[in-house]
Amino acid sequence: MSSPSSPATATIPAVGRTARIPLPVLAASSLVLVTTALVLVFYVAPNDQTLGFAQRIFYFHVSIAFAAYACFVGGAWKALRHLWKRDPRADLESYVCVHQGLIFGAMVLLTGSIWAKISWGRWWVWSEDELVLFLVLYLFYCAYFMLRFSVDPGAQRANLSAVYALFGVVLIPVSFAAIRLAKEFLHPRVFTLHGPNFGGWILVTYCVSQAAMFVLAYTLYRLELGSKRLDSRLRDLREVLA
Amino acid sequence: MLTARRLGKRYGEKRVLRGLDLTLPRGDFLVVTGPNGSGKTTLLRICAGLAQPTEGTIERSAARAQVGYLGHEPLVYRELTALENLELYGRLYRVPERRERIGMLLERFGLWEVRHGRVASYSRGMTQRLALCRVLLHEPELLVLDEPYSALDEAGSELLDAQLAELRGERTFLVSTHDPARVEPLASGRLALAT
Amino acid sequence: MTYVRDVGALARKDLLLELRARDTLPAMLLFVAAVFVIFHFALPGTPSRLETTGFLWVAILFTALLGLGRAFVPEREQRMMDGLVLAPCDRSAIWLAKSLATLAFLVAAEVVALPLYALFFHAVGGAMVAAVLLADLGICGVGTFLGAMAVVTRARDLLLPLLFLPLAMPIVVGAVGASIVAAPGRYLVFLALYDLLFAVVCWATFEYVVAE
Repeated sequence: MSSPSSPATATIPAVGRTARIPLPVLAASSLVLVTTALVLVFYVAPNDQTLGFAQRIFYFHVSIAFAAYACFVGGAWKALRHLWKRDPRADLESYVCVHQGLIFGAMVLLTGSIWAKISWGRWWVWSEDELVLFLVLYLFYCAYFMLRFSVDPGAQRANLSAVYALFGVVLIPVSFAAIRLAKEFLHPRVFTLHGPNFGGWILVTYCVSQAAMFVLAYTLYRLELGSKRLDSRLRDLREVLA
Repeated sequence: MLTARRLGKRYGEKRVLRGLDLTLPRGDFLVVTGPNGSGKTTLLRICAGLAQPTEGTIERSAARAQVGYLGHEPLVYRELTALENLELYGRLYRVPERRERIGMLLERFGLWEVRHGRVASYSRGMTQRLALCRVLLHEPELLVLDEPYSALDEAGSELLDAQLAELRGERTFLVSTHDPARVEPLASGRLALAT
Repeated sequence: MTYVRDVGALARKDLLLELRARDTLPAMLLFVAAVFVIFHFALPGTPSRLETTGFLWVAILFTALLGLGRAFVPEREQRMMDGLVLAPCDRSAIWLAKSLATLAFLVAAEVVALPLYALFFHAVGGAMVAAVLLADLGICGVGTFLGAMAVVTRARDLLLPLLFLPLAMPIVVGAVGASIVAAPGRYLVFLALYDLLFAVVCWATFEYVVAE
């Protein structure tokens, strides 16, 4: 035999995990690192022989780019956890990762455009592999958002988003290979940019900038995740009280 | 056959099912009633395996191949003929002696004459009868029927009565209906959902 | 073995549906011809082989999108996906079958499009044909998969090109490259690898697109 529907008993999911770096600490670290990076980039790093002072944007451009990659990979990882392990928190985490990645991606395109103007006098060049790659990825992840907002919240939206995020991360190396194939020239990697003269302050400045961008990305991720989780709990509470 | 504990289903903001417990032993015939919007369809979809609950658990001892589901949609391709539709399902469900079984079902439900006609040309009653053929084709152990009488004409309803009576006891049934009196003689349990 | 039979049964169904409807293939053929004509007027002067190869691939891509947008329409309109998902077959078989059926139609469209291209613009070489076939595999595999995703959204037809085009970029690079350069081997291998990689991803994840 069966029983009729029982009255609702509220089970609001428990608050966040322990063993996580508290947000104020992260925010403070970001501030310190970004400030240090700015100081290093503008005052300490040596001038580039060919491009002069304006070349310094490259430090930000590259470190933001890697931070964006990290966000996309993080988003794909969380997507995998959602699909495979049925982790109930993973969908939101994946979404926030991708969102951050998109913001940083936009900054890559912006700083890249500025760098292109400095180096070649035009606001866009097709000859820069990484820039073109980011353009493709930007379009891809914008479509992610269109997809997400075109489906009502629920299991299906989470599944579709997760699958698409996985496609994205597979696309990154494939696109890069495609762009290389199409252009057939070697992209100047940061560490060989200045040949045997690379080292010393240039390396330090780059590493600090990169660390700053990673920490900043993670801070923003935690910030947005926290606020989205709060919204979700509020909704749950409202529903229980209704 | 089927055990659900504290079953809940939410579609975004809207909560359709809440804290439902259900036990359906093998061979039983459970009738589900309730007003529109009480979650009957959602419950049946979850029991058939088409939807996952957002809270609670559901255990089903029947594999996908042993479940037959009849929903609001007949789940047949309108541009294919009755025969082609049943052939497809017959292949997918690996029905033994497919041709014979299809022929037998079409005949039983009065569709043999129109078997080569496209489903788009059928009346609603005929389409629903085809849907019943589809459900019964693979001789499922668990039959989940969502308002099976709603689209049937009187002749079709009588055919369904006969079919249900024949299988009662051999199979497990979960049937939702707006007309509980019709299936009352067969029922071994009743579940009334409230909004 | 049963997997192959499931795919066969489903593909048969898809081909039957399309043959009955008789609208997608003629539309694709007309579209390709019309697009070629537009291209002629869009690029005045005598375009080089490089440029017209570009035309061809844009034409193929958008013709494919036309067909792909229609792929899961019967399943959406009649909630048939429920019927297929209930069946005991592996869900990836649904994707594979639909891809194969779409591939058949795309190839059928190209059997007309390539000679038309040769007529209007430049001759078609063996490498180009190989590129077309390999690219078709990628286009149909990924496109069908994304078509299934797009069909459950509100935006539907709007969304498919947005989802698909960034993923199609490597296909275009491989295809155009193979059609132009003297040694197309590298590009053809790249296309084959793309097809393989994304086929695996599609095959492994289609389950999550159709079932909750």
